[in-house]
Amino acid sequence: MKSLSPARIALIVACALVLVYLILPVLIIVPISFSSARFLTFPPPSLSLRWYQQYFSNSAWMQATQVTLIVAAFTVVIATPLGVAAAYAISQSKLRIMRMIHMALLLPLVVPIIITAVGIFFIYARVGLVATLPGLVLANVMLGLPYVVISVLAGLQSFDPAQEMVARSLGMNRFRSFFAVTLPQIKSSVVAGAIFAFISAMDETVIALFISGGRYQPLTKRMFTALRDEIDPTIAAISTLMTAASFMLVLVASARQKKAA
Amino acid sequence: MLALVSPALLVILLLIVLPVGWLAWQSIYHDGFTLEHYRRILSEDIYWRSFALTFEISLFVTVLALVLGYPVAYAANAVPKAWSVVILALVLLPFWTSVLVRAYAWLALLQRTGVINQFLRYIDVIGEPLALVHNTFGTVVATVHILLPFMVLPLYATMQKIPNDLMQAGASLGASPAFTFFRVFLPLSLPGVLAGSTMVFVLCLGFYITPELLGGGRTVMVSMLVSRNVELYNQFGAASAVAVVLLLSVLLIFFVVSRFISLDRVLGQK
Repeated sequence: MKSLSPARIALIVACALVLVYLILPVLIIVPISFSSARFLTFPPPSLSLRWYQQYFSNSAWMQATQVTLIVAAFTVVIATPLGVAAAYAISQSKLRIMRMIHMALLLPLVVPIIITAVGIFFIYARVGLVATLPGLVLANVMLGLPYVVISVLAGLQSFDPAQEMVARSLGMNRFRSFFAVTLPQIKSSVVAGAIFAFISAMDETVIALFISGGRYQPLTKRMFTALRDEIDPTIAAISTLMTAASFMLVLVASARQKKAA
Repeated sequence: MLALVSPALLVILLLIVLPVGWLAWQSIYHDGFTLEHYRRILSEDIYWRSFALTFEISLFVTVLALVLGYPVAYAANAVPKAWSVVILALVLLPFWTSVLVRAYAWLALLQRTGVINQFLRYIDVIGEPLALVHNTFGTVVATVHILLPFMVLPLYATMQKIPNDLMQAGASLGASPAFTFFRVFLPLSLPGVLAGSTMVFVLCLGFYITPELLGGGRTVMVSMLVSRNVELYNQFGAASAVAVVLLLSVLLIFFVVSRFISLDRVLGQK
């Protein structure tokens, strides 16, 4: 770097302050979760695992965790093939309507989530999907689709379709040539898209607030309800675990995407 | 090809187009056509004020995010590669943390017995704890935090495409760094400013979790108006009408912005 002019110093200080603002809230939950105190005290008087114990020994939290993991897993299993097929069709077809379909598939990113949530609640109420597992999965598949489509489309952009033509000219049908030639080369972006869909399902809160209930409440809904009542450090423990899980998955996904690029 | 895309399209049609269409229908039809719900939005104070407040907060949040985000994106673009990876990682880390987790973290930081109040009392700056949360202040602090990455990422992507030669050309012609920044760099970064601001503004318009948890019931944003009408009052028609007005505002903003920059640029993030 060149000499440090006052403008440069100001820039560095401003940038550092903003980064602290960004990162501090994410980090602060870790010491709170390991604190022995019932009420927030900072720094924690002593370290303990009691909030983690509380989480793992509470059957309501455990059931909610199970619901979250099941919903996220089903979401990935369904949204990934649907998203890959759609992205492939969009990249191959020259039909004008494909452009519109592409935009339609991105709708979940455009429509404010509260509107989607209330709308789905009304529809589910009519067909009896409120407070069911399939209802939660379907809603999350819809939310996860854009992530898979965007990621796979990006992957397909750097793939040369001529390769698939070659495979087909050698006698493979379209289906086989896709699995034998195309899929292995876009594998990284497929995995990245699947991971983003998983994280999206894991973090989804607003729709769950409206449509989940009874036995099938995901972790986020229980956390939200608990947060409205009191600040229980158990939530810090859960938050720490959730954040750690997200980071791990994002690391895997971005390593994958790097490999693809 | 259409067969391949149809399962995904079906999911979108059934789970977002149909529900939103149903909302729109319900907002004008209840045992016959009625515009009563829309009339109420225009005439009743509580609706009007909530919309005004939501747009105000969104504008404020967008400006704050721009002021805070621009230097970060600029620095990430200007520093050597290794450093910019660090900066971007620090921006992305909170980006991939659950919104709920971040709302909780801000509660823990800002509440009366929270980390910041305890610290300020410890160093004897204040006697009484400050009311930092359960008000508009807390909502804005946490909302800016959550939406900041949506500003930084498009800004950074746009700045990356500005050729460095231009700045060097400016310098070689005798322009001061400030002059080249304001006359060359800043105008070229404007598409990123527009993309980031649009995303932040639109996301903020529909924000629900943060104002609900950190607003203390006093900062009633439009999203809360929708949810209260559904959950507390069973006023489905009113909730639908509010939702439709909110959605139309969002679509109008996207439409206007799309005249200036490609929407892919706005939506390409995350």
